[in-house]
Amino acid sequence: MKPKFGIVVFPGSNCDHDSFYALNKNLGYETVFLWHKDSGLQNSDVIILPGGFSYGDYLRTGSIARFSPIMNSVIDFAKKGGIIIGICNGFQILLEAGLLPGVMLKNNSLKFICKNVYIKVVNKNTVFTSDIPKDVLELPIAHAEGNYFADEDTIKQLEDNDQIVFQYSSSDGKISGKWNPNGSKLNIAGIVNKKGNILGMMPHPERNCDPLLGNTDGTFIFNSLVSNLITI
Amino acid sequence: MYKATVIVKRRKDILDPQGKAAEQGAKLLGFNNVSDTKIGKYIEFFVHSNDLTVVEKEIKEYAGKLLSNPIIEDFEFKYEKVDET
Repeated sequence: MKPKFGIVVFPGSNCDHDSFYALNKNLGYETVFLWHKDSGLQNSDVIILPGGFSYGDYLRTGSIARFSPIMNSVIDFAKKGGIIIGICNGFQILLEAGLLPGVMLKNNSLKFICKNVYIKVVNKNTVFTSDIPKDVLELPIAHAEGNYFADEDTIKQLEDNDQIVFQYSSSDGKISGKWNPNGSKLNIAGIVNKKGNILGMMPHPERNCDPLLGNTDGTFIFNSLVSNLITI
Repeated sequence: MYKATVIVKRRKDILDPQGKAAEQGAKLLGFNNVSDTKIGKYIEFFVHSNDLTVVEKEIKEYAGKLLSNPIIEDFEFKYEKVDET
């Protein structure tokens, strides 16, 4: 059976409909919206925390959304091994909720950056990446706080446990400061938790799912996940 | 009732791009003696209780759980008794 996707809608989410369009219209998966004040997850198999500016990014990005009623259910779901993808603001919410380690600082340029970047898939041993047929994906970023930070011990743990999944790179997969758009530690663009059921990423895969737009690199992540869930 | 004041500061060794940018501006304005500009947050609120244990606990928990993120920030707080209006 194909998995059902649930997209959480916070006040200020603005990639919720993009995610719905990508998952439902482009990829044909059953998808529902989950209002942040509800607590039920409507039997979703995968929870998406979409991009946007939840609660106006007040205080710190994601810091208030983390206390929305639905987040208790999302945290329980996560603890039971449920699959969660946090994209952009969703990644920031996962960090604030403590479901992933670290925090986002303002981009070192202090600018909001909206452009296509290349990310290298540095870990293909996750449900999100095992079926990605390429080593480098081209995806858009659109954020002012994507400068991933964690202390040295946490970074070492991420490395030791193979939790770094995506790193900003050149189009041929070279990873260096030159290709780092925001100052994030180790060019980190996406990480998973130790158990491997929660992915947080700054680039927007949902924006690159429609063939009409000329790039469908985002579909590889969702399709990889679905094929893994079906074989489970 | 107490009025609480919380100051959230970026921890010492964490990069503060806003402070850095403000300081660049300071240099452009000719403030050559200025250094180590850090930008934090100043927050005030009331706590409707006269029990000091409750007041301190609420301020600390509010500041620690929501107003600051312990990975990058520290907070300081103070409070003063005010009349209920």
